[in-house]
Amino acid sequence: MTQLILFKDIDEPGLATLEVYQRRGGYEGMRKALGMSRDQLIAELEASGLRGRGGAGFSMGKKASFIPKGTMDKYLVCNADESEPGTFKDRELMQKCPHMLIEGMIIAAYAVGANRAFIYIRGEYELQAQILERALEEARGQGYIGEDILGSGHSMTLWLHRGAGAYICGEETALLDSLEGKRGNPRLKPPFPANQGLFQGPTLINNVETLATVPHIIRMGGEEYAKLGTPGSTGTKLVSVSGNVRNPGNFEIELGTPAREIIYGLAGGPHEGREVKFWFPGGSSSPVLLPKDLDLPYDFDSMAKAGSMLGSGAIIVIDDANSVVDVALKTAKFYRHESCGKCTPCREGTNWTVRMLERIDSGEATPMDLDIMASVQEQIIGNCLCVLGDAMAMPVGSMIAKFREEFEAHIEAARERNDALTTAVAPPEALIQGAVA
Amino acid sequence: MTIDPIDPRRVPRFDHGSRVPGWDEAVDLTKDPAEVPDPATTPVPDDLRAAIEAHIAKYPERRSATVPALREVQERYGWCTPEGIEQAACVLRLTPAYLISVATFYDMLETRPVGRNTIYVCTNISCSLCGADELYTTVRDEVGDDPEFNVRSFECLGACDIAPMASVNGTYVGPISLDEVPTLVQQVRDGAEPLPDKQLARRRSVDPNAASRS
Repeated sequence: MTQLILFKDIDEPGLATLEVYQRRGGYEGMRKALGMSRDQLIAELEASGLRGRGGAGFSMGKKASFIPKGTMDKYLVCNADESEPGTFKDRELMQKCPHMLIEGMIIAAYAVGANRAFIYIRGEYELQAQILERALEEARGQGYIGEDILGSGHSMTLWLHRGAGAYICGEETALLDSLEGKRGNPRLKPPFPANQGLFQGPTLINNVETLATVPHIIRMGGEEYAKLGTPGSTGTKLVSVSGNVRNPGNFEIELGTPAREIIYGLAGGPHEGREVKFWFPGGSSSPVLLPKDLDLPYDFDSMAKAGSMLGSGAIIVIDDANSVVDVALKTAKFYRHESCGKCTPCREGTNWTVRMLERIDSGEATPMDLDIMASVQEQIIGNCLCVLGDAMAMPVGSMIAKFREEFEAHIEAARERNDALTTAVAPPEALIQGAVA
Repeated sequence: MTIDPIDPRRVPRFDHGSRVPGWDEAVDLTKDPAEVPDPATTPVPDDLRAAIEAHIAKYPERRSATVPALREVQERYGWCTPEGIEQAACVLRLTPAYLISVATFYDMLETRPVGRNTIYVCTNISCSLCGADELYTTVRDEVGDDPEFNVRSFECLGACDIAPMASVNGTYVGPISLDEVPTLVQQVRDGAEPLPDKQLARRRSVDPNAASRS
């Protein structure tokens, strides 16, 4: 059975309070960390092999080691914007165990020498924001946040910043702009945030789940944590399973667990009489996979090898009752709405993809449009400041590639439907008269 | 929210011809844009000023408090009114135009008058696989043209485990079946808790391993 780390005691009544959290061994990792040197801490994080849980899967220890040493203003930002469709793991973690995130942030801030830290939470998370505010107040009261934390000589502030509804603000540089009080437009990289981020200072940005894992790594030791999971994808991961499954929700799994076990075992599989048609392995931005891929181990490298990505760990299951055209259109519409408009390939590409999909749906398209649409996707990828455009191009492109026959059949069916309609309706009288005259 | 192609005749305009309520002077292109409001001539309610200044204190730069300040304005006035924006601009020492440019970027900030009860129905992939589009139209039909309501189809709200779901005045509720919609809307009208048994706050973890330990 999976060893539970993040979800251990998750339904314990009152776990959101400092008292219960500490009774369950909370803030021990922080106490241990404050007695260690910064280099030791970063070495532990690197030894753990922890990869970012927000989507990119970059080594957290390495990211932390990029932060320059010295006494300049350094920042730590927790990305709690969680707006990738299908993802809701951070929500449950923040709602039920906010102190785990706070403890992880104190350790991470100490490790990189950051004195100002922010949690950027998406505006829609009202309840979670209230719970975090209360938890932060408790932590300040205990002296865990403030001047000279527990005599370690490290001081920090930690504030909650609430967004106001924009998917793009989950992108790290757009998040920084939003946190600086601007429109959430991504920035050109490099310079990377580790060198020049928030208010031009070196900034470490990590996802909620990544930071919440940090206290456990310090408590267990990096090498011990690395024994969980697979060599390339260590540890456990929260997986959000949704869509056409019987038991949707968050599950903590050891990385490398077969996807079938997650979708059928934990989430109960599709409803009676239905079968999996295709699935998104890592949120709606990941290229879709087929039922034949269900036996792959669910980890970063296997998903990448299968042509997709683990992303944020959000599995969306689509059963055989749904049309792939509908899913593609829904996906493309989302990215069109959320594109910030800064880069042309993304702004125009998402718009044209939606229009072409609508033409397919209304029967005005020809199979050639599928080739044009596929080429639009290719021309978005890698040509923008951030990956929002890619995040539409990859899944839509993969749907066209893997379900081309269904797209063609849909085009044909819609055209036939249109033809039947036009022949059934008699031409207007004026036209007939005109023809006679 | 899905956007239809823009039909210029359907773009709402106010009597004075501007698309932004109250900002009719801004369309006068010969005029200089409004400057940072003068504190001496801009009355700001004390509690609003205190709330915005508390936000400013958290950041090394005042500008960072823009979104929190606009949220305060919206909470107070129901939407980002021209007066509210001017007051926030006065405290933040930014121009009103800057605040509007930020407000129009974010989905949750309203730049025109809306009903006081907000219902965001999530219509993204996971929810629509579970019937969110029908839920959205049912909610719309149930509400009708009640001006007290602001019903919007919204992008993924991060609660696909309770799909199809809605955020009712900030409270996550789901899964909502179509026959519960009349009850839900009535509860909102009465100012009662929306579908208490279906609120996310009460949902337990579904992870079988987590459940066995607690």
